Amino acid sequence: MSFLQILNENGEANEALLKSINLTNEDFLKMYRYMLITRVLDGWLLKLQRMGKVAIHAPNEGEEAVAVGTAYAARPEDWFFPTYRELGILITRGMSIREILCRWLANKEDVLKGHEFAIYGKKELHIVPTTTPISVHLPSAVGFAHAAKLRKDKIVVLAYLSDGATSKGDFHEACNWAGVFKVPIVFICRNNQYAISLHVSKQTASETLAIKAVAYGIKGMRVDGNDIIAVYKSAKEAIEMARNYEPVFIEYLTYRLGSHTTADDPKRYRSYEEVEFWRQKDPIKRLRTFLISRGIITEQEDISIRKEIETMVEDEVRKALEIPPPPIEVIFEDVYSDIPWNLKEEMEEIIEDFKGS
Amino acid sequence: MPVMTLAQALNNALKEQMRKDDRIIVLGEDVGKRGGVFLVTEGLLEEFGSERVIDTPLSEAAIFGVAAGMAMYGLKPVAEVQFFDFAFGGFDQIVSQIAKIRYRSGGQFKASLIIRGPVAGGIRGGMYHSQHPESYYIHTAGLKVIVPSFPYDAKGLLISALKADDPIIFMEPKSIYRTVKQEVPEGEYMVPIGKANVVRKGEDVTIITYGAMVHKSLEAAEQIEKEKGIGVEVIDLRTLLPLDIDTILTSVKKTGRVIIVHEAPKTLGFGAEIAAIIAEKAIYNLNGPILRVCGADTPFPLVHDQYYIPTVTRIKKAIIKLMSY
Repeated sequence: MSFLQILNENGEANEALLKSINLTNEDFLKMYRYMLITRVLDGWLLKLQRMGKVAIHAPNEGEEAVAVGTAYAARPEDWFFPTYRELGILITRGMSIREILCRWLANKEDVLKGHEFAIYGKKELHIVPTTTPISVHLPSAVGFAHAAKLRKDKIVVLAYLSDGATSKGDFHEACNWAGVFKVPIVFICRNNQYAISLHVSKQTASETLAIKAVAYGIKGMRVDGNDIIAVYKSAKEAIEMARNYEPVFIEYLTYRLGSHTTADDPKRYRSYEEVEFWRQKDPIKRLRTFLISRGIITEQEDISIRKEIETMVEDEVRKALEIPPPPIEVIFEDVYSDIPWNLKEEMEEIIEDFKGS
Repeated sequence: MPVMTLAQALNNALKEQMRKDDRIIVLGEDVGKRGGVFLVTEGLLEEFGSERVIDTPLSEAAIFGVAAGMAMYGLKPVAEVQFFDFAFGGFDQIVSQIAKIRYRSGGQFKASLIIRGPVAGGIRGGMYHSQHPESYYIHTAGLKVIVPSFPYDAKGLLISALKADDPIIFMEPKSIYRTVKQEVPEGEYMVPIGKANVVRKGEDVTIITYGAMVHKSLEAAEQIEKEKGIGVEVIDLRTLLPLDIDTILTSVKKTGRVIIVHEAPKTLGFGAEIAAIIAEKAIYNLNGPILRVCGADTPFPLVHDQYYIPTVTRIKKAIIKLMSY
């Protein structure tokens, strides 16, 4: 299977491929900005976890191009079923920094009412909050796309997963269904090479992950996930194919530079040298070189963009930290459409305990 | 008024509601051309076509997960599981996705759908075609669980489930799919979710039961009245969650004696929960221990299955024992 790359590690573009893409300098700058915001915010979420303010966080460092590039390629009417490591989707879809922070802090402004950590979803932005158990969201993403097809709504579902998810039955069952019923879906597989500590080579004997698509009768693609221009191009093509009921599976080869979550210690299972090797392929660094070398921005402008983002995020963090937690009652909300008698009894007991404390 | 079996009443409910509401989608293994292995979906494919009556790949996780996605999109899926014994392959979809999407999303999304299919023994079905696995679902916050025992209720409850906003586990006792017949009205009517039914009045003992065991309990009650003059009240729960605690407590306070009858294994069966609730709320109204007549804590056996399932004799013995206190 071929491997698509447009920007190499040194930020040099394949000119012929670059010309085939309908992106302006403004688009490149926007994607750069979204990746930068993702990285700065990601860093803050890590810090907030270390400060004991956030329960857990799954770092995005090194993988920003997949989330931002694919989300940038989608239309507003399209839908997202992300995993817990795609902060870039939220930012590209226009979620405010404050909203994201409130979500992670599980405070009073949190749209998910503090019911779970590390995930996000917002109906208006067409983002469905994921299940933390791996690949469980995939059959539903397929069902969502199937429903859209039955309703003749020309939307596409972007369903995200990582390399580890491909070992699970739900992944197989979802891909199989997508192939049988030709639903408008793109499976976006972020092959970051690690499922916590297990390297992808121990996850499957398949030569690539993309090759798995063949067995489902759907199109497979393999793309450099650290090259946002290739990510965008492949996603754009796949999304429009899916819109015409040809489901696609894309493997984006990338690397998780950070830990699995804040509860993980990667030094136990991989070397410093390996991480540094992949750091050289960093997607943000690569796009920056491209932007500067083509005169789209100057080094000075780049410094001020980064400074502006850092200040903006820090301000939002300071403000979000002042927002109090939600009321105790939220733990009984949204279990059912109503509150049955047994929950009412338990609620009274727990509220009384809470007020006494 | 037409007389229908339980299976026919369910089929009738689906057919009528699908005509009214084009959001309803039926999906499952062999539900189309075959009409379902118990023929509950018979004739639906012919009337509504393959977009609304979907013969699916053999994959419980996909059937349930896809149904959840369709529901989140705004459709009303009715997913058939061929036997509830097979649902475990898709259990993660039910527990982690369907039951939790409303909670997880802070109420933004919901999986308002039905998973329906046969439960219970009595057809010589062996260990994988006979189980009564309601406890797993009752124990999962976010689901509502229904087990009808009469054709009239089956139709009315299925219609209520189709109009409900929550994910519903709808368990159909296969041993009474065709053995119990009743007059069932044409057209729409609802039997409310969360409301039990006192199917027999009595002053001495309350039997709390559901599904096929309602009929065994009624038979035991009739016999014991004739033989010993004991008045047994039989409560058909119909909905297991939310539980109709008012109907239970009213009866318990009247009789002071409780027997719970179910097919599922005894340990941590739903009877344990009902007994605990009665102990918490009405222990001083009791004249004797709360007894349970249940399936055994074994896998469902092929041989002697009629003795694994509570018999009329076992229920009667429990009544006599309880009256001795």
